[in-house]
Amino acid sequence: MGKLLPWFAIVTAALLVSGIVWALAFAPSDYQQGNSFRIIYIHVPSAILAQSCYMLMAIAGAIGLIWKMKVADMVAKSSAPIGATMALLALVTGAIWGKPTWGSWWVWDARLTSMLILLFLYLGVIALNSAIESEATAAQATAVLALVGLVNIPIIKYSVEWWNTLHQPATFTLTERPAMPAEMWVPLLVMVIGFYCFFAVSLMLRTRNEILHRERRARWVRELIEKQ
Amino acid sequence: MNPKRKQRLIIVLFIVFGVGIAVGLTMFALSQNINLFYSPTQIVKGEAPENTRIRAGGMVVENSVQRDPNSLKVTFGMTDYAENVTVEFTGILPDLFREGQGIVAQGMMDESGVFQASEVLAKHDENYMPPEVADALEKAGKMPKPEAEVFNK
Repeated sequence: MGKLLPWFAIVTAALLVSGIVWALAFAPSDYQQGNSFRIIYIHVPSAILAQSCYMLMAIAGAIGLIWKMKVADMVAKSSAPIGATMALLALVTGAIWGKPTWGSWWVWDARLTSMLILLFLYLGVIALNSAIESEATAAQATAVLALVGLVNIPIIKYSVEWWNTLHQPATFTLTERPAMPAEMWVPLLVMVIGFYCFFAVSLMLRTRNEILHRERRARWVRELIEKQ
Repeated sequence: MNPKRKQRLIIVLFIVFGVGIAVGLTMFALSQNINLFYSPTQIVKGEAPENTRIRAGGMVVENSVQRDPNSLKVTFGMTDYAENVTVEFTGILPDLFREGQGIVAQGMMDESGVFQASEVLAKHDENYMPPEVADALEKAGKMPKPEAEVFNK
């Protein structure tokens, strides 16, 4: 893990910087929305990551519940704040885009509401984690909450297909050709991969911190600090 | 796998699928309430509640937008390519509003069958393209038309 971290950090910085410059300066504007569509380059990656991060958190929680692996508990705990940030970022950028495009900051349609519930689930997991003193009990409780909330993920994904919503269907899917030309979606793909790498870096750092914090009375931690 | 872990795995699967089924059934029962808007077909068929504020969604009919020269009043037709509803609105329309654009309007049906809107939102589709491409497609007459099923689920 220690050896991979700097590489991931370099790749993250390279992808995010090149992606954002490409997206803001070189990608063409949209024929209807003009330049305001460029917020997609932050909105879509953060929304995708918010959902992936939740799945990771729930799966790590399940592994912690079943196999009693402490590292899984720590990964689940560390991923919650990152996911909450991403969900909030997706909601805020969406609102900023929605005002000029739709004519409204917020609509209670299925996609927007289920995304808001995702943010609340993250906040609930964070709150539950800090409310329970015992680390093992906190991990169990948050894992159950995360697993219960897992049902929200397919609802977010398919909300635009199952119901009438103001939010448009996905532009970017794994199975179909994107509904935009290559000069628009390639920078978007760069940003999505960049966001995933950023997630990997911050999750590794946070998990490392968590391990050090939990083992703060162990001798190897003291030796590590005294060495520096 | 030892029996203890197996038991815990079963509990975890039970939580995930149990909650999934429960929420799925609830959503199915509530599916009409979760829809943000009614389509013109639903309104014409009388599936939408009357004398109450509802949202209606559809495409603005080509060549149907009439602006009152003395006020902000606008009248236009809204369609899902099956049925039409006439909409009246007084106020400022979103930038994206034009003929052939998908919109969602909030308001009430009046006695004469006209939808009196108090708010009009533009519905953007998932297609993005640069202005030059849009121009070229327009000239060739190959501009993709938004699909009707977007408004009829």
